[in-house]
Amino acid sequence: MKSTPTLPGGTLRVVAFSLATCVLSACSLPEPWVKPYERERLADPLMKYQRDPLSAKDFEHAHDVREGARGGTGVQGGGCGCN
Amino acid sequence: MAATDVSPTERCRRALRRAQLRLLSLGGRGDGVRGTVALASAHLLGALSGLLATGDVNAADLPEDRVDVMLHSFNGGGVDAWGPAILIRKNILGKVSLLGTYYADIVSNASIDVVTTASPYHETRNEFGFGADYAVRDSVLTFLASRSTEPDYIANAFNFDVSTETFSGMTTVGLGYTYGSDDVGKKGEGFFDHATHYRYRLGVSQILTPTWLANANFEVVSDSGFLASPYRVALVFGAAVPERLPGTRTSRTLQFRLIGEVAPTLSVRGEYRYFWDTWDIHAQNFGVGAAYRMGEKWLLDGYARYYTQNGALYFTNNATSETQYVTRNRQLSPFSSWTAGAKVTYALTGVPGRYQVFLNGALEYWKTDYSEFTDLRTGNLYSYSAVLSQVFVTVIF
Repeated sequence: MKSTPTLPGGTLRVVAFSLATCVLSACSLPEPWVKPYERERLADPLMKYQRDPLSAKDFEHAHDVREGARGGTGVQGGGCGCN
Repeated sequence: MAATDVSPTERCRRALRRAQLRLLSLGGRGDGVRGTVALASAHLLGALSGLLATGDVNAADLPEDRVDVMLHSFNGGGVDAWGPAILIRKNILGKVSLLGTYYADIVSNASIDVVTTASPYHETRNEFGFGADYAVRDSVLTFLASRSTEPDYIANAFNFDVSTETFSGMTTVGLGYTYGSDDVGKKGEGFFDHATHYRYRLGVSQILTPTWLANANFEVVSDSGFLASPYRVALVFGAAVPERLPGTRTSRTLQFRLIGEVAPTLSVRGEYRYFWDTWDIHAQNFGVGAAYRMGEKWLLDGYARYYTQNGALYFTNNATSETQYVTRNRQLSPFSSWTAGAKVTYALTGVPGRYQVFLNGALEYWKTDYSEFTDLRTGNLYSYSAVLSQVFVTVIF
Protein backbone atom coordinates (compact mmCIF):
# COMPACT_ATOMS: atom_id res chain seq x y z
CA MET A 1 0.00 0.00 0.00
CA LYS A 2 1.31 3.40 -1.06
CA SER A 3 1.57 5.88 1.81
CA THR A 4 0.52 9.49 1.40
CA PRO A 5 3.60 11.73 1.36
CA THR A 6 3.80 13.99 4.41
CA LEU A 7 5.94 16.98 5.22
CA PRO A 8 8.68 16.38 7.78
CA GLY A 9 7.85 17.78 11.21
CA GLY A 10 10.56 20.47 11.02
CA THR A 11 9.26 21.84 7.72
CA LEU A 12 5.70 21.89 9.05
CA ARG A 13 6.79 23.88 12.07
CA VAL A 14 8.63 26.40 9.85
CA VAL A 15 5.58 26.81 7.58
CA ALA A 16 3.24 27.18 10.57
CA PHE A 17 5.55 29.71 12.19
CA SER A 18 5.84 31.69 8.93
CA LEU A 19 2.07 31.74 8.45
CA ALA A 20 1.54 32.83 12.03
CA THR A 21 4.13 35.60 11.63
CA CYS A 22 2.45 36.82 8.42
CA VAL A 23 -0.99 36.86 10.01
CA LEU A 24 0.20 38.56 13.18
CA SER A 25 2.25 41.19 11.33
CA ALA A 26 -0.75 41.94 9.10
CA CYS A 27 -2.81 42.47 12.23
CA SER A 28 -0.22 44.90 13.55
CA LEU A 29 0.11 47.07 10.40
CA PRO A 30 0.22 50.67 11.60
CA GLU A 31 -2.89 52.80 11.31
CA PRO A 32 -2.55 56.39 10.07
CA TRP A 33 -1.67 58.12 13.33
CA VAL A 34 -1.96 61.78 12.26
CA LYS A 35 -5.60 62.54 11.45
CA PRO A 36 -6.48 64.99 8.64
CA TYR A 37 -7.75 67.56 11.16
CA GLU A 38 -4.34 67.45 12.90
CA ARG A 39 -2.42 68.49 9.76
CA GLU A 40 -3.25 72.20 9.72
CA ARG A 41 0.20 73.23 10.93
CA LEU A 42 1.89 71.15 8.21
CA ALA A 43 0.28 73.44 5.61
CA ASP A 44 1.97 76.52 7.09
CA PRO A 45 4.46 78.19 4.69
CA LEU A 46 7.06 77.72 7.44
CA MET A 47 6.81 73.97 6.86
CA LYS A 48 7.94 74.00 3.22
CA TYR A 49 11.48 73.00 2.28
CA GLN A 50 11.24 75.59 -0.52
CA ARG A 51 8.40 78.10 -0.74
CA ASP A 52 9.34 79.69 -4.07
CA PRO A 53 9.99 77.38 -7.04
CA LEU A 54 11.65 80.01 -9.26
CA SER A 55 14.06 81.02 -6.51
CA ALA A 56 14.84 77.37 -5.66
CA LYS A 57 15.50 76.55 -9.33
CA ASP A 58 17.98 79.44 -9.61
CA PHE A 59 19.92 78.31 -6.53
CA GLU A 60 19.92 74.69 -7.68
CA HIS A 61 21.17 75.67 -11.14
CA ALA A 62 24.01 77.70 -9.58
CA HIS A 63 25.11 74.66 -7.53
CA ASP A 64 24.65 72.13 -10.35
CA VAL A 65 26.97 73.92 -12.78
CA ARG A 66 29.77 74.14 -10.21
CA GLU A 67 29.54 70.81 -8.36
CA GLY A 68 30.12 67.26 -9.54
CA ALA A 69 26.90 66.00 -7.91
CA ARG A 70 23.47 66.48 -9.42
CA GLY A 71 19.89 65.38 -8.84
CA GLY A 72 18.15 63.78 -5.91
CA THR A 73 16.37 66.96 -4.91
CA GLY A 74 12.96 65.83 -6.08
CA VAL A 75 12.58 68.53 -8.73
CA GLN A 76 12.28 68.13 -12.47
CA GLY A 77 15.44 68.61 -14.50
CA GLY A 78 16.03 71.03 -17.32
CA GLY A 79 19.12 71.39 -19.40
CA CYS A 80 21.90 73.83 -20.16
CA GLY A 81 25.42 73.93 -21.50
CA CYS A 82 26.81 73.31 -18.06
CA ASN A 83 29.84 71.33 -19.23
CA MET B 1 -27.55 73.81 -2.09
CA ALA B 2 -27.97 77.52 -2.91
CA ALA B 3 -27.08 78.61 -6.45
CA THR B 4 -24.23 80.72 -5.17
CA ASP B 5 -22.69 77.68 -3.48
CA VAL B 6 -22.30 75.80 -6.76
CA SER B 7 -18.66 75.58 -7.85
CA PRO B 8 -17.63 76.80 -11.32
CA THR B 9 -16.79 73.21 -12.24
CA GLU B 10 -20.25 72.05 -11.23
CA ARG B 11 -21.93 74.89 -13.18
CA CYS B 12 -19.85 73.95 -16.22
CA ARG B 13 -20.80 70.27 -15.80
CA ARG B 14 -24.52 71.14 -15.55
CA ALA B 15 -24.33 73.34 -18.67
CA LEU B 16 -22.66 70.50 -20.57
CA ARG B 17 -25.35 68.09 -19.36
CA ARG B 18 -28.16 70.43 -20.55
CA ALA B 19 -26.47 70.77 -23.96
CA GLN B 20 -26.09 66.99 -24.12
CA LEU B 21 -29.82 66.48 -23.45
CA ARG B 22 -30.75 68.98 -26.19
CA LEU B 23 -28.45 67.22 -28.68
CA LEU B 24 -29.83 63.81 -27.70
CA SER B 25 -33.32 65.06 -28.39
CA LEU B 26 -32.19 66.41 -31.81
CA GLY B 27 -30.43 63.13 -32.65
CA GLY B 28 -33.48 61.14 -31.56
CA ARG B 29 -35.54 62.72 -34.34
CA GLY B 30 -33.48 60.69 -36.84
CA ASP B 31 -32.56 63.71 -38.97
CA GLY B 32 -29.94 61.96 -41.20
CA VAL B 33 -26.36 63.25 -40.94
CA ARG B 34 -27.39 66.10 -38.64
CA GLY B 35 -28.92 63.57 -36.26
CA THR B 36 -25.79 61.43 -36.27
CA VAL B 37 -23.57 64.48 -35.61
CA ALA B 38 -25.93 65.59 -32.82
CA LEU B 39 -25.79 62.13 -31.21
CA ALA B 40 -21.99 61.98 -31.48
CA SER B 41 -21.70 65.49 -29.98
CA ALA B 42 -24.07 64.49 -27.19
CA HIS B 43 -21.86 61.52 -26.30
CA LEU B 44 -18.76 63.74 -26.37
CA LEU B 45 -20.41 66.27 -24.04
CA GLY B 46 -21.48 63.42 -21.79
CA ALA B 47 -17.91 62.22 -21.54
CA LEU B 48 -16.68 65.77 -20.75
CA SER B 49 -19.39 66.18 -18.15
CA GLY B 50 -18.33 62.88 -16.56
CA LEU B 51 -14.72 64.00 -16.53
CA LEU B 52 -15.67 67.20 -14.70
CA ALA B 53 -17.77 65.21 -12.25
CA THR B 54 -14.71 63.09 -11.44
CA GLY B 55 -12.78 66.31 -10.85
CA ASP B 56 -15.11 67.28 -8.04
CA VAL B 57 -13.87 64.42 -5.88
CA ASN B 58 -10.18 65.35 -6.25
CA ALA B 59 -8.26 64.79 -3.05
CA ALA B 60 -4.81 65.78 -4.36
CA ASP B 61 -4.00 69.47 -4.30
CA LEU B 62 -2.82 71.38 -7.33
CA PRO B 63 -0.17 74.07 -6.85
CA GLU B 64 -1.57 77.52 -6.05
CA ASP B 65 -1.97 80.14 -8.78
CA ARG B 66 0.97 82.52 -8.74
CA VAL B 67 3.19 84.90 -10.66
CA ASP B 68 6.86 85.42 -9.78
CA VAL B 69 9.01 88.10 -11.40
CA MET B 70 12.65 87.91 -10.39
CA LEU B 71 16.05 89.47 -11.00
CA HIS B 72 18.93 87.15 -10.12
CA SER B 73 22.65 87.72 -10.00
CA PHE B 74 25.79 85.65 -9.43
CA ASN B 75 29.20 87.24 -8.82
CA GLY B 76 32.28 85.25 -7.99
CA GLY B 77 35.28 83.38 -9.37
CA GLY B 78 35.53 85.82 -12.27
CA VAL B 79 31.96 85.14 -13.43
CA ASP B 80 29.20 87.75 -13.47
CA ALA B 81 25.81 86.33 -14.42
CA TRP B 82 22.47 88.05 -14.03
CA GLY B 83 19.09 88.18 -15.66
CA PRO B 84 15.34 88.21 -15.31
CA ALA B 85 13.16 85.18 -14.62
CA ILE B 86 9.39 84.82 -14.70
CA LEU B 87 7.02 82.08 -13.56
CA ILE B 88 3.27 82.06 -14.19
CA ARG B 89 0.96 79.33 -12.91
CA LYS B 90 -2.81 79.27 -13.44
CA ASN B 91 -5.42 76.72 -12.52
CA ILE B 92 -8.16 76.00 -15.06
CA LEU B 93 -11.38 74.04 -14.48
CA GLY B 94 -10.20 73.11 -11.00
CA LYS B 95 -8.17 70.11 -12.11
CA VAL B 96 -5.42 71.39 -14.42
CA SER B 97 -2.72 73.87 -13.49
CA LEU B 98 -0.78 75.39 -16.38
CA LEU B 99 2.80 76.60 -15.93
CA GLY B 100 4.99 78.90 -18.02
CA THR B 101 8.55 79.92 -17.14
CA TYR B 102 11.27 82.11 -18.61
CA TYR B 103 14.82 82.34 -17.29
CA ALA B 104 17.72 84.35 -18.71
CA ASP B 105 21.43 84.18 -17.84
CA ILE B 106 23.50 87.09 -19.15
CA VAL B 107 27.05 85.93 -18.52
CA SER B 108 30.40 87.70 -18.51
CA ASN B 109 32.93 84.94 -18.01
CA ALA B 110 36.50 85.55 -16.92
CA SER B 111 36.75 82.45 -14.71
CA ILE B 112 40.06 80.84 -13.77
CA ASP B 113 39.79 78.43 -16.77
CA VAL B 114 39.05 81.27 -19.14
CA VAL B 115 41.78 83.67 -18.05
CA THR B 116 44.49 80.99 -17.98
CA THR B 117 43.67 79.01 -21.13
CA ALA B 118 41.19 81.02 -23.24
CA SER B 119 39.68 84.51 -23.66
CA PRO B 120 36.94 86.17 -21.57
CA TYR B 121 33.55 86.14 -23.29
CA HIS B 122 29.97 87.34 -22.97
CA GLU B 123 26.91 85.32 -23.85
CA THR B 124 23.24 84.96 -23.02
CA ARG B 125 21.30 81.81 -22.20
CA ASN B 126 17.52 81.81 -22.55
CA GLU B 127 15.35 79.06 -21.14
CA PHE B 128 11.64 78.66 -21.72
CA GLY B 129 9.46 76.10 -19.97
CA PHE B 130 5.86 75.06 -20.35
CA GLY B 131 4.02 72.51 -18.26
CA ALA B 132 0.76 71.27 -16.85
CA ASP B 133 -0.31 69.54 -13.65
CA TYR B 134 -3.42 67.39 -13.77
CA ALA B 135 -5.15 66.25 -10.58
CA VAL B 136 -7.11 63.03 -10.62
CA ARG B 137 -8.37 61.56 -7.36
CA ASP B 138 -5.36 61.25 -5.01
CA SER B 139 -2.76 61.77 -7.73
CA VAL B 140 -1.19 64.62 -9.65
CA LEU B 141 0.33 64.06 -13.09
CA THR B 142 2.90 66.64 -14.15
CA PHE B 143 4.32 67.31 -17.59
CA LEU B 144 7.01 69.89 -18.24
CA ALA B 145 8.94 70.70 -21.41
CA SER B 146 11.86 73.12 -21.48
CA ARG B 147 14.26 74.51 -24.04
CA SER B 148 17.51 76.26 -23.20
CA THR B 149 19.47 78.04 -25.94
CA GLU B 150 22.95 79.51 -26.02
CA PRO B 151 25.02 80.42 -29.10
CA ASP B 152 26.88 77.09 -28.82
CA TYR B 153 24.53 74.83 -26.83
CA ILE B 154 20.86 73.88 -27.14
CA ALA B 155 19.20 71.70 -24.50
CA ASN B 156 15.67 70.30 -24.73
CA ALA B 157 14.11 68.40 -21.82
CA PHE B 158 10.80 66.63 -21.33
CA ASN B 159 9.72 65.70 -17.81
CA PHE B 160 6.89 63.50 -16.68
CA ASP B 161 6.08 63.00 -12.99
CA VAL B 162 3.30 61.36 -11.05
CA SER B 163 2.72 61.74 -7.34
CA THR B 164 0.04 60.03 -5.32
CA GLU B 165 -1.15 60.25 -1.74
CA THR B 166 -1.61 57.06 0.18
CA PHE B 167 -1.94 55.83 3.77
CA SER B 168 -4.82 58.28 4.41
CA GLY B 169 -2.77 61.12 2.99
CA MET B 170 0.12 60.61 5.40
CA THR B 171 2.45 59.35 2.67
CA THR B 172 3.06 60.85 -0.75
CA VAL B 173 4.94 58.77 -3.30
CA GLY B 174 6.36 60.32 -6.46
CA LEU B 175 7.87 58.86 -9.62
CA GLY B 176 9.49 60.90 -12.37
CA TYR B 177 11.24 60.60 -15.70
CA THR B 178 13.18 63.13 -17.78
CA TYR B 179 14.46 62.82 -21.31
CA GLY B 180 17.00 65.44 -22.33
CA SER B 181 18.47 65.97 -25.78
CA ASP B 182 21.31 68.46 -26.33
CA ASP B 183 23.10 69.86 -29.36
CA VAL B 184 26.73 70.71 -28.60
CA GLY B 185 28.51 73.40 -30.59
CA LYS B 186 31.62 75.53 -30.65
CA LYS B 187 32.05 79.11 -31.69
CA GLY B 188 33.30 79.20 -35.27
CA GLU B 189 32.49 75.54 -35.91
CA GLY B 190 28.75 75.42 -35.33
CA PHE B 191 26.94 72.46 -33.80
CA PHE B 192 29.04 69.32 -34.18
CA ASP B 193 27.86 66.73 -31.62
CA HIS B 194 25.02 65.57 -29.41
CA ALA B 195 24.33 64.47 -25.83
CA THR B 196 21.38 62.58 -24.35
CA HIS B 197 20.28 62.50 -20.72
CA TYR B 198 17.83 60.20 -18.93
CA ARG B 199 16.72 60.85 -15.36
CA TYR B 200 14.64 58.50 -13.20
CA ARG B 201 13.48 59.63 -9.77
CA LEU B 202 11.57 58.21 -6.86
CA GLY B 203 10.49 60.20 -3.83
CA VAL B 204 8.59 59.54 -0.63
CA SER B 205 7.25 62.21 1.71
CA GLN B 206 5.98 61.08 5.10
CA ILE B 207 4.03 62.91 7.80
CA LEU B 208 5.64 61.85 11.07
CA THR B 209 3.66 63.91 13.58
CA PRO B 210 1.29 66.92 13.38
CA THR B 211 4.42 69.11 13.23
CA TRP B 212 7.14 66.99 11.59
CA LEU B 213 7.66 65.86 7.97
CA ALA B 214 10.33 63.60 6.44
CA ASN B 215 11.27 63.19 2.82
CA ALA B 216 13.53 60.80 0.86
CA ASN B 217 14.50 61.08 -2.80
CA PHE B 218 16.46 58.78 -5.06
CA GLU B 219 17.50 59.73 -8.57
CA VAL B 220 19.48 57.99 -11.32
CA VAL B 221 20.92 60.14 -14.11
CA SER B 222 22.35 58.53 -17.22
CA ASP B 223 24.20 60.57 -19.85
CA SER B 224 25.64 59.63 -23.20
CA GLY B 225 27.22 61.50 -26.08
CA PHE B 226 29.65 64.41 -26.00
CA LEU B 227 30.01 65.14 -22.27
CA ALA B 228 33.17 67.25 -22.32
CA SER B 229 33.60 70.93 -23.12
CA PRO B 230 34.98 71.73 -26.58
CA TYR B 231 36.81 74.75 -25.11
CA ARG B 232 38.44 73.23 -22.02
CA VAL B 233 42.02 71.99 -22.05
CA ALA B 234 43.88 69.55 -19.82
CA LEU B 235 47.57 69.56 -19.04
CA VAL B 236 49.73 66.55 -19.94
CA PHE B 237 53.41 66.95 -19.04
CA GLY B 238 52.66 70.67 -18.82
CA ALA B 239 51.32 70.86 -22.39
CA ALA B 240 47.74 71.89 -23.10
CA VAL B 241 45.60 69.27 -24.86
CA PRO B 242 41.82 69.15 -25.45
CA GLU B 243 40.12 67.40 -22.52
CA ARG B 244 38.92 63.87 -23.20
CA LEU B 245 36.04 62.31 -21.25
CA PRO B 246 34.07 59.05 -21.66
CA GLY B 247 30.90 59.15 -23.74
CA THR B 248 28.76 57.73 -20.93
CA ARG B 249 28.16 58.56 -17.29
CA THR B 250 25.63 57.23 -14.78
CA SER B 251 25.07 58.65 -11.34
CA ARG B 252 22.89 57.89 -8.34
CA THR B 253 21.79 60.33 -5.67
CA LEU B 254 20.06 59.73 -2.37
CA GLN B 255 18.68 62.58 -0.30
CA PHE B 256 16.98 62.70 3.11
CA ARG B 257 15.24 65.77 4.53
CA LEU B 258 13.46 66.52 7.76
CA ILE B 259 11.46 69.61 8.71
CA GLY B 260 9.58 70.38 11.89
CA GLU B 261 7.74 73.16 13.67
CA VAL B 262 9.38 73.68 17.05
CA ALA B 263 7.27 76.75 17.95
CA PRO B 264 4.19 78.31 16.33
CA THR B 265 6.45 80.85 14.58
CA LEU B 266 9.60 78.78 14.06
CA SER B 267 10.48 75.74 11.95
CA VAL B 268 13.83 73.97 11.60
CA ARG B 269 15.05 71.67 8.86
CA GLY B 270 17.98 69.44 8.00
CA GLU B 271 19.11 67.55 4.93
CA TYR B 272 21.74 65.07 3.82
CA ARG B 273 22.56 64.03 0.25
CA TYR B 274 24.92 61.33 -0.99
CA PHE B 275 26.01 61.09 -4.62
CA TRP B 276 28.12 58.55 -6.50
CA ASP B 277 28.75 57.93 -10.19
CA THR B 278 30.59 55.79 -12.72
CA TRP B 279 33.39 58.36 -13.01
CA ASP B 280 34.16 57.52 -9.39
CA ILE B 281 32.99 60.82 -7.91
CA HIS B 282 31.57 60.48 -4.42
CA ALA B 283 30.00 63.60 -2.98
CA GLN B 284 27.90 64.50 0.01
CA ASN B 285 26.33 67.59 1.42
CA PHE B 286 24.77 68.48 4.76
CA GLY B 287 22.42 71.36 5.38
CA VAL B 288 20.52 72.93 8.26
CA GLY B 289 18.09 75.82 8.22
CA ALA B 290 15.36 77.64 10.07
CA ALA B 291 12.35 79.76 9.11
CA TYR B 292 10.83 82.34 11.44
CA ARG B 293 7.60 84.33 11.18
CA MET B 294 7.98 87.82 12.62
CA GLY B 295 4.59 89.42 13.14
CA GLU B 296 2.03 89.12 10.36
CA LYS B 297 4.14 90.61 7.58
CA TRP B 298 7.61 89.06 7.72
CA LEU B 299 9.08 85.62 7.06
CA LEU B 300 12.80 85.17 7.67
CA ASP B 301 14.91 82.23 6.51
CA GLY B 302 18.48 81.29 7.32
CA TYR B 303 20.50 78.24 6.36
CA ALA B 304 23.99 76.77 6.07
CA ARG B 305 25.29 74.03 3.78
CA TYR B 306 28.53 72.06 3.52
CA TYR B 307 29.46 70.20 0.34
CA THR B 308 32.42 67.92 -0.31
CA GLN B 309 33.48 65.63 -3.15
CA ASN B 310 36.48 63.60 -4.27
CA GLY B 311 37.82 63.84 -7.81
CA ALA B 312 36.77 61.92 -10.89
CA LEU B 313 39.06 59.14 -12.13
CA TYR B 314 40.06 61.30 -15.09
CA PHE B 315 40.85 64.50 -13.23
CA THR B 316 44.45 65.53 -13.08
CA ASN B 317 45.92 68.96 -12.46
CA ASN B 318 48.89 68.13 -14.69
CA ALA B 319 49.14 64.56 -15.97
CA THR B 320 52.46 62.80 -15.76
CA SER B 321 51.44 59.92 -18.04
CA GLU B 322 49.37 59.57 -21.19
CA THR B 323 45.86 58.22 -20.56
CA GLN B 324 42.83 57.66 -22.74
CA TYR B 325 40.76 60.18 -20.76
CA VAL B 326 42.02 63.32 -19.14
CA THR B 327 40.36 66.46 -17.80
CA ARG B 328 41.25 69.55 -15.81
CA ASN B 329 37.62 70.46 -15.19
CA ARG B 330 37.61 71.75 -11.61
CA GLN B 331 33.96 70.69 -11.28
CA LEU B 332 35.34 67.12 -11.42
CA SER B 333 38.22 67.77 -9.02
CA PRO B 334 38.28 67.21 -5.25
CA PHE B 335 37.01 70.24 -3.33
CA SER B 336 34.75 71.36 -0.52
CA SER B 337 32.55 74.42 -0.09
CA TRP B 338 30.63 76.24 2.63
CA THR B 339 27.42 78.09 1.94
CA ALA B 340 25.42 80.47 4.13
CA GLY B 341 22.14 81.95 2.99
CA ALA B 342 19.30 84.20 4.11
CA LYS B 343 15.93 85.09 2.68
CA VAL B 344 13.37 87.73 3.64
CA THR B 345 9.73 87.76 2.59
CA TYR B 346 7.45 90.74 3.23
CA ALA B 347 3.68 90.55 2.75
CA LEU B 348 3.07 93.84 0.95
CA THR B 349 -0.67 93.81 0.41
CA GLY B 350 -3.58 91.53 -0.31
CA VAL B 351 -7.20 90.65 0.18
CA PRO B 352 -7.71 87.44 2.17
CA GLY B 353 -8.98 84.65 -0.06
CA ARG B 354 -8.43 86.69 -3.25
CA TYR B 355 -4.79 87.68 -3.71
CA GLN B 356 -1.57 88.41 -1.85
CA VAL B 357 1.54 90.28 -2.94
CA PHE B 358 4.95 89.47 -1.45
CA LEU B 359 8.33 91.15 -1.82
CA ASN B 360 11.30 88.81 -1.48
CA GLY B 361 15.05 89.14 -1.21
CA ALA B 362 17.53 86.26 -0.99
CA LEU B 363 21.29 86.20 -0.59
CA GLU B 364 23.68 83.24 -0.62
CA TYR B 365 27.40 83.39 0.04
CA TRP B 366 29.74 80.52 -0.66
CA LYS B 367 33.42 79.78 -0.33
CA THR B 368 35.04 76.97 -2.30
CA ASP B 369 38.49 75.49 -1.69
CA TYR B 370 40.07 73.09 -4.20
CA SER B 371 42.53 70.51 -2.93
CA GLU B 372 44.28 69.63 -6.23
CA PHE B 373 43.26 72.22 -8.84
CA THR B 374 45.80 75.05 -8.97
CA ASP B 375 45.88 78.58 -10.33
CA LEU B 376 48.38 78.28 -13.22
CA ARG B 377 49.44 81.90 -12.73
CA THR B 378 50.70 81.34 -9.20
CA GLY B 379 50.92 77.57 -8.77
CA ASN B 380 48.85 77.82 -5.58
CA LEU B 381 45.72 75.80 -4.86
CA TYR B 382 42.72 77.68 -6.20
CA SER B 383 39.84 78.98 -4.10
CA TYR B 384 37.11 81.54 -4.65
CA SER B 385 34.08 83.04 -2.99
CA ALA B 386 30.80 84.01 -4.61
CA VAL B 387 27.55 85.80 -3.85
CA LEU B 388 24.23 84.84 -5.35
CA SER B 389 21.39 87.31 -4.90
CA GLN B 390 17.74 87.44 -5.87
CA VAL B 391 15.05 90.10 -5.69
CA PHE B 392 11.55 89.05 -6.66
CA VAL B 393 7.87 89.86 -6.40
CA THR B 394 5.33 87.09 -5.88
CA VAL B 395 1.62 87.44 -6.45
CA ILE B 396 -0.55 84.56 -5.22
CA PHE B 397 -4.18 84.62 -6.36
